[in-house]
Amino acid sequence: MDLTYTPEQQAFRAEVRAWLEAHVPSEPLEHFDATREGFEAHREWEKTLKSGDWGMVTWPKEYGGRGLDLIQWLIFEEEYYRAGAPGRVNQNGIFLLGPTLMEFGTHEQKARFLPKMASGEEIWAQAWSEPMAGSDLAGVRSTAVLDGDEYVLNGHKIWSSRAVFADWAFGLFRAPGSERHHGMSLIFFPLDAPGVTVNAIKKINGHVGFAEIFLEDVRVPAFNRLGDEGQGWHICMATAGFERGLMLRSPARYQVAAAKLAGLWQEYKDAVDPALEADVVRAHMNAEAYALNIYQTASRLMAGAKIGPEASTNKIFWSELDIHLTQTALSILGTKAELMHDAPDAYHATDWIDDYIFALAGPIYAGSNEIQRNIIAERMLGLPRK
Amino acid sequence: MDFTLNDEQRMFAETAQTLFADTCTPDHWRKQMETGDARDDARWQAIVETGFTLLLLPEEAGGLGLTELDFALIAERAGYVALPEPLAESAGVAAPMLAVLAPDHEALADPSTTIAIQHPSAPYVADADLAGAILLYKDGEAYVATPDQVALTRESSIDPFRRLFRIDWDPANVTSLGKADWDLAFDRAALFCAAQGLGLAQRAVDMAVAYAQERQQFGKAISTYQAVKHHLASAQVAIEFARPVVMAAAADVARQDVQSRARVSHAKLVALEAADKAARASIQVHGAMGYSWEVDVHLFLKRALALTQAWGTPAFHRSRIATRIFTQPIGPDQTFARENENA
Ligand SMILES: Cc1cc2nc3c(=O)[nH]c(=O)nc-3n(C[C@H](O)[C@H](O)[C@H](O)COP(=O)(O)OP(=O)(O)OC[C@H]3O[C@@H](n4cnc5c(N)ncnc54)[C@H](O)[C@@H]3O)c2cc1C
Repeated sequence: MDLTYTPEQQAFRAEVRAWLEAHVPSEPLEHFDATREGFEAHREWEKTLKSGDWGMVTWPKEYGGRGLDLIQWLIFEEEYYRAGAPGRVNQNGIFLLGPTLMEFGTHEQKARFLPKMASGEEIWAQAWSEPMAGSDLAGVRSTAVLDGDEYVLNGHKIWSSRAVFADWAFGLFRAPGSERHHGMSLIFFPLDAPGVTVNAIKKINGHVGFAEIFLEDVRVPAFNRLGDEGQGWHICMATAGFERGLMLRSPARYQVAAAKLAGLWQEYKDAVDPALEADVVRAHMNAEAYALNIYQTASRLMAGAKIGPEASTNKIFWSELDIHLTQTALSILGTKAELMHDAPDAYHATDWIDDYIFALAGPIYAGSNEIQRNIIAERMLGLPRK
Repeated sequence: MDFTLNDEQRMFAETAQTLFADTCTPDHWRKQMETGDARDDARWQAIVETGFTLLLLPEEAGGLGLTELDFALIAERAGYVALPEPLAESAGVAAPMLAVLAPDHEALADPSTTIAIQHPSAPYVADADLAGAILLYKDGEAYVATPDQVALTRESSIDPFRRLFRIDWDPANVTSLGKADWDLAFDRAALFCAAQGLGLAQRAVDMAVAYAQERQQFGKAISTYQAVKHHLASAQVAIEFARPVVMAAAADVARQDVQSRARVSHAKLVALEAADKAARASIQVHGAMGYSWEVDVHLFLKRALALTQAWGTPAFHRSRIATRIFTQPIGPDQTFARENENA
């Protein structure tokens, strides 16, 4: 155990910091879920990132990355959040599908999809959930039928984040007549392909952040299937591991938020309930604990381990800490808590109410926290399923 | 940057686990509770022979010269069996302190001799009557005494294995050792409380897991009920996010700066919260069985309760974290920062 950065790691941090200082937009971009303009501004930012070779640092160079290790990735993320750089509009691509492609894709698939993912040229949505298949993802009914060297896709997907403006989706489909975990395949389809209809769904914050997708005889090349036919469930579970366990929510995000909360507390402490300091301290502790846990996971993975069911403990921890943290900010803001960003009296340094509303989705997506607790009990603790 | 344990550390931890699993079973607890013996001599001898009491002592003093991280791994395993003997305070805190202040003290000559330590944050001292030496705190200075040089008053603890004593003493009757590094002693003690907390927590969960698979109600094992599963899953989450904090605190405790102190405090808070949460979940899952003296879960609840308050109350430890937050830079690049880097 050595909890110091090597000179190379420090130099890498300095390099990332200098680049971000020179390139991060001085004005925050409009949210990528709010309007097409906001979305495209984020795509431009992804291209800028790629111009510095920062699209996805852990990927091999030949696929648009830098071939760096997970500790370097954590350092990159720390600097990224510290710099207040724009949110990653392609997060479902780079953090979820990317690592999955790396594990299950052929060389041709990687070469076709990863570089454009890293550059933001193609932005991805995840199309797994269906009206009748939420927590019970094995209940997916959308179908894929092989016809020559093409798949014909039919069905109804829902809650697909950023599908309104995105270019591509990775969907979960099944062979007609197959049941439950069998016969599923993970297949990519362009969101503007003939037969695809995307209808925006407003989130509770009013943004068109997710969508339902109807597929009617959508034809895509068989090349677009990741892994073997019927391997879809297995692949999805690997993706879910990345999503819950490591990539989707990097600790830096919460450490920055906890630091902002400490700043908010300093500003307001003479005017509010002194007992709230304990929550400010707790928010910092939670963010640090999450960071330490992730450093431990990264070290383990670098030593050859694989992500296991403990990823579910992460998902519970980050989603709960986020709600606690943002709720503490609202408690400090008191009667200003409800004010929206455009209100003259709103607290402007951080949009806490927006962050809080966003945090409330955490226990639902990426597998609800109830499902995560089932997984922990059954796969970590060995309690029976039935 | 590397957050993994080395082979030697893993081996030590396994040795401790096996030794404790063999010598500190429910049968051993029961027997010891019946006889009221302070110590299981065979077990203590085995601990001594394995070198655990010498682990943190410098090599010049005949010790193994290992680190707090190595010792924390042993303390975690001691927590897992609610070890009755005060191994953590004696070998983890008092002996290394005495070795610095009085390397030739006769209590250090025999590795089976325990050394007790009293501090305002831990005024009730376990097994002080049996100690070869007692370290005493006054105004930042250290004193050393033998049990017959001080007045010991037995204070009974809810934890059946904590034989506590209040110590009244007169500086005139004991030996002064001068200024001492009480901060380091305090941090080590808090750290090893935290490490024990991890073990206590995991044992409480494991006991409930085992019981839930056996106990049937409504025609099936209670382990199939989701409310039961979720109690235990939540406790496990608390453990998973306490362990890395304890490990990081152990790796850095010797640095003795604002950051390392805050991390020790963080470790102590969350590890003992995990222990409390796990013990209470475990009692709930055991039903009335869990509330009975016959079933051992209560030992873990009680030890957690004692260690939560000893060596710094939760409020004290929170205040040290607040100091770190409000006097030092914080943020994602500061996770492993040191005070002197920001001077
Ligand atoms: C902001 C947001 C973004 C999302 N983005 C995407 C996306 O990009 N792509 C995508 O495919 N999906 C996405 N989702 C969908 C998400 O994956 C599902 O919402 C989630 O899997 C839960 O499914 P559900 O909404 O149908 O709820 P349900 O499954 O109907 O669950 C409702 C409630 O019942 C509980 N419940 C269900 N089954 C059990 C059980 N066995 N034990 C205990 N409790 C249970 C759940 O925990 C929940 O509290 C998103 C959701 C949100 C909120």
